[in-house]
Amino acid sequence: MSRNISINQQFLTRVEGHGHIVVDVKNGILQKGELQIVEAPRFFEALLQGRSIFEAQHITSRICGICACGHSLASIQAAENAIGFLPGEQTQQLRKLLLLMENLDSHLLHIYLLVAPDLLGVDSFLGMMQDHAEAVKRALRMKKQCNTICDILVGRHVHPISCVIGGFTKLPNSRQLETIQTLLEQIKEDLPPTVELVRQFSFPDFIRETEYVALVNDAADYPLLSGDIGSSDGVRMAKEDYRSITNEFVVPHSTAKHARLSRNAYAVGALARFNLNSGKLHPAAQKAAAQIGLRAPCHNPFFNSCAQLVEVVHCTETALQIVERFLAKGIDQSEAVIVGINENRSIPVQAGSGVGAVEVPRGTLFHHYDVDAKGIIQKADCVIPTGQNLQNIEDDMQKLVPEILHKTDKEITLALEMLVRAYDPCISCSTHFLKIEFIGR
Amino acid sequence: MSRPTVAFFELASCEGCQLQVANLGEELLAILDRIDLVEFRELLTERPDGPLDIAFVEGSVVNAECEARLHAIRQRSELLIAYGSCATIGGVNAMANGRPISEIQAEVYGDQAERFAAARVRPLHQLVPVDYFIHGCPIYPDELIKVLKAALAHLPYNIPDYAVCVECLLNENVCMYEKKVTCLGPVTRAGCNAWCINNGNVCYGCRGLVSNPNRAGAEAVLSRYHLDSRLIANKMLMYNGALEPTDE
Ligand code: SF4
Ligand code: SF4
Ligand code: SF4
Repeated sequence: MSRNISINQQFLTRVEGHGHIVVDVKNGILQKGELQIVEAPRFFEALLQGRSIFEAQHITSRICGICACGHSLASIQAAENAIGFLPGEQTQQLRKLLLLMENLDSHLLHIYLLVAPDLLGVDSFLGMMQDHAEAVKRALRMKKQCNTICDILVGRHVHPISCVIGGFTKLPNSRQLETIQTLLEQIKEDLPPTVELVRQFSFPDFIRETEYVALVNDAADYPLLSGDIGSSDGVRMAKEDYRSITNEFVVPHSTAKHARLSRNAYAVGALARFNLNSGKLHPAAQKAAAQIGLRAPCHNPFFNSCAQLVEVVHCTETALQIVERFLAKGIDQSEAVIVGINENRSIPVQAGSGVGAVEVPRGTLFHHYDVDAKGIIQKADCVIPTGQNLQNIEDDMQKLVPEILHKTDKEITLALEMLVRAYDPCISCSTHFLKIEFIGR
Repeated sequence: MSRPTVAFFELASCEGCQLQVANLGEELLAILDRIDLVEFRELLTERPDGPLDIAFVEGSVVNAECEARLHAIRQRSELLIAYGSCATIGGVNAMANGRPISEIQAEVYGDQAERFAAARVRPLHQLVPVDYFIHGCPIYPDELIKVLKAALAHLPYNIPDYAVCVECLLNENVCMYEKKVTCLGPVTRAGCNAWCINNGNVCYGCRGLVSNPNRAGAEAVLSRYHLDSRLIANKMLMYNGALEPTDE
């Protein structure tokens, strides 16, 4: 078939940040399939240089409103590693609870308000108000409940106030823990209809094998806040070695290979985590996966939304377990910290280098700081999930477009938009984004 | 009467202020009954280009493209609301103004730096007239509702012009200075109900300076703790790096 198609979908909607899809087909042959990023630059890494390590969480949280807690946690982990501070068990459990809530909140937003409209054939969640008003209300209700829990834990979800280097500046009391428990129970009641909604979706039939990358560990828990970097092609390395995968970004632009591990591209995110660690999910989450027919390994990128759903169940159940343990054991209020920029020298500081690796909603997020003996940042590096996924998205586009060439331009555009949205790209995290666009062309 | 058309736009931002809208929960549905939300790229597909009654603009102006978009939005909007500190005072983006732009670009983009033309970071009112300001990083949801109501009724909205300390004391917090850490509450404009101090942290100054800050005094207090002067300057400049003399 010979056909010419030129799609230039400006300002991709229902994604965080600005992206353009560019597709160019001549005589039935794909010349170009690109996701261009046009985010206004914000220069976070340079802004950190010369500042106190105790300001890094506050500043890097503002890289992205959606993953504000994830950036905070990656930042704190990198900073604590760099200055040689070891957080206690209570702090680690509260941090995990916070991360579970953010991943839950973000996945709900994505499934209900960003992906569902495509699959229900309406333009946006406003269009869903006609025939699916209950679903919209449920989504907003669940989101609000997540939000209220974050308010209790850290003051607000965007941008968390009380999680800092050293722990938390404020700790929940037992009444607040009970409120969190009640809210989680309410979210749990809304899980069956949520699973049912996703079960009804029919995703495009598209398969492309790729390498999946996520944190892995030897413990029993589904790794989110600690572990090594692992891949579906059998790679395993310490998080400190993250540059050996992500450094591919800065190769000269004559070579087409960026963000590559064992193949041309790799993917991070809910589907990657599911493919690598599904056996460690909470049993209720495994049951949800069976209900919607998601099995590891899954090589259909559109199913990322299904993996998100499975994680929605996992996050709710695991968060409940953590809260119940805290309720039984109580919270040691004496662990609350007052840190500021450490004027009171409450935290010992030494020179060093530290890496934080955290599974945030869209995949593995890395922060890396070098600090001097006074705790002043000499160098900062942040590698965000969407940056790692970009090459993989483009590789998907290259395979998908020839398979759907018989469709109308409008249908092709929608399919590509859905593909990009499936990855839930968070383009506002522009720290490393712009590098990628021009490499390999 | 037809419902007023409202749209949200973002320049250089983290989109966290827009996210506060989705975080309103079911309250959002009550608001959507009263307005016609025509553009909200983060959530909607519709992208009409017609005239608007109210435009919320989040983010700072960091390059010529932002500047052109801002002028285009201003042209089609009856009322323009600077939404969040990136838009009202430059916010965290304006930390970049403390260092030469070329140096920062080289830092982040290496030898690709020249591809990313960036200018001094500016808040909206340094380029176009702004009708309402909603400060904060992120905005305080109660204030969003107040300003929206005022804008719908074409009434002025008065931003508090006293220090965060006033709200902090009403909340009966123990002052952070007594805990030997420095707090920007004394020079920062209130309106957030002392959000950060209520949660055990210090005020970082995200709502910008009160119109008559005794800055020298604040610096003296800050330096009492024998901090490196650069760290003090950093602290003051975390949100206020885009201030022009005419803004004070
Ligand atoms: S003011 Fe803060 S929360 Fe709002 S967009 Fe800017 S960085 Fe994000
Ligand atoms: S803690 Fe900060 S805002 Fe509160 S009274 Fe003290 S200086 Fe003012
Ligand atoms: S306390 Fe200070 S930093 Fe916190 S929200 Fe209020 S003005 Fe912003």
